[in-house]
Amino acid sequence: MASTSVVLNSGTRPPSGGRVHAFLARLKRGDEIAHLITLIFAACIFALTAGLVFELWRNSALPRHQFGWHFLVTSVWDPVFDNYGAAPFIYGTIVTSALALFLAMPLGVGAAIFLAELAPKGVSNGLTFVIELLAAVPSVIFGVLGIFILVPIVRTDIEPFLHKTLGFLPLFQGPIYGVGFLAAGLVLTIMVVPFIISISREVLLAVPPEQREAALALGATKWESTWKVVVPYARTGIAGSIFLALARALGETMAVTMVIGNDPKISASLFAPGYSIAAVIANEFTEATGSLYRESLIELGLVLFVVTIIINALARLLVLTTTRRGTAHA
Amino acid sequence: MNGIMLTLTGVCALIAVSVLMFILGYLVWNGGRYLTWTFLTHLPAPVGETGGGMANAIVGSGKLLLIAALTGVPVGFMGGVYLSEFGGKTFPFMVRYTADLLNGVPSIVMGIFAFTVVVLPMGHFSALAGGMALGAMLIPIVVRSTEEFLRAVPLTLREGALALGANKWKTVATVVIPAGFQGIATGILLSLARVAGETAPLLFTSFNNQYWSSGFNQPTASLPYMIYIYAISPYDDWHRQAWAAGFILLALVLAANIGARLILSRGIRVARG
Repeated sequence: MASTSVVLNSGTRPPSGGRVHAFLARLKRGDEIAHLITLIFAACIFALTAGLVFELWRNSALPRHQFGWHFLVTSVWDPVFDNYGAAPFIYGTIVTSALALFLAMPLGVGAAIFLAELAPKGVSNGLTFVIELLAAVPSVIFGVLGIFILVPIVRTDIEPFLHKTLGFLPLFQGPIYGVGFLAAGLVLTIMVVPFIISISREVLLAVPPEQREAALALGATKWESTWKVVVPYARTGIAGSIFLALARALGETMAVTMVIGNDPKISASLFAPGYSIAAVIANEFTEATGSLYRESLIELGLVLFVVTIIINALARLLVLTTTRRGTAHA
Repeated sequence: MNGIMLTLTGVCALIAVSVLMFILGYLVWNGGRYLTWTFLTHLPAPVGETGGGMANAIVGSGKLLLIAALTGVPVGFMGGVYLSEFGGKTFPFMVRYTADLLNGVPSIVMGIFAFTVVVLPMGHFSALAGGMALGAMLIPIVVRSTEEFLRAVPLTLREGALALGANKWKTVATVVIPAGFQGIATGILLSLARVAGETAPLLFTSFNNQYWSSGFNQPTASLPYMIYIYAISPYDDWHRQAWAAGFILLALVLAANIGARLILSRGIRVARG
């Protein structure tokens, strides 16, 4: 749009006279006022973000002063004696998100390769549309499906199977509940896969066709040109899509709350019930009577906010650099 | 090797698509089965009694969306106009980037924000607080979609208006925005569909209500919240109602999404032809 503003400015500038004159002329005709009004609304976005940070910071003062950095590593969560530590929630959030990424990464990138490189254009667009609809399904509905369909399957089939085949690993030991890290990780997988697919596909489509043609001309098979040329070319953007999915998974509330088991414990087993940051806020916020209790929950929110903002910032930069480079070459 | 790996990627795509098909099929089958006229028109039954419905939650969700649209859409729309029509280089980039970051803020954190800004000063839960939490989530989505559709308006239209002697703001208001209006409206529809299913920001803002709530100053029931409460309850009848409510919510959200896609694809074809 840089070209537009040049055109517009040169059109409105009087033939002689300085910038002050031009400014006054625009002011008289209302252009500067319109500019200012829209600018104020745009600035609201900064104000909103700043307000968000300020409120989270201000309303978590009590636990920050009382517990300091220990808040992040203590695993006690005791509303009765007003003693709070975030470790079990941080652990649960990381474990479920890591599990989701571990499963969603190959699935999502594989599907994106199929949609971008192999499928005919009509099929690709149709399937992408369906997959993007999956991203629009509200998280509470994933939670309902999780409780009533996934958890019973996990309890009767998946966990006994894993216990039998991989039971020598501490990850797959201990009593079987159904609800727990594994169920939460599986629901999150389904929820983040659409993000990885649709962004990775876009990034792959932005790879210039010359790259593929050159590889194929050198005698590479379709798979070799895809895996050794196209995917490496797009790797920054694919990494970006995975980071975006990670941020989604970390902040996901409802679906996780409904299947993770809500037990603030750190356990090595994926079968065990756990808790996540978002889930504990969702469950306990309205019941938090003391101000230290409530502010501890808000500090958990602050932790979640800071982590997701950092990951998002990184992801956006990665996606931005690849799609730009791709289109610049094309 | 070539064939195996290519097939595997196809299998990945198939899995992703079949999951959606399964979700849709199961909800339609299970939710549609339990959907009754009573469900749509009656208040929730007291605990222990079967029957009743979610009429108040359906109206409540509508109220919340209305507040969200009133608070979020003007800011998002004007911000989008600024980014597309008036912006320079550095500042718009920062606005855009901030909007994207805001879009990635977990919805539960937005709930905390609305709690501290609206619920704490007012001293009680209200539809207003819930609607404003949703409105804040709306802003970054509307900003980005408005900007995108305004940018898609051909430069020649702007030049034509300017050549006829129109000011910049007149050009924007009477030529550029009407030309991009269909896309902008679709973007707003999509953003509303997205926040309509949000539960987390409502948990401690609009809270819940077993009865009708009058005005915007009382705790209000909403569809997603009721689905959550009913699904985690121990009653079979409530589970059935959760399925029915889930069916309604999903049907509305997907209808909005599919409708938006159809409008957009037709619009693009017209522009090309």
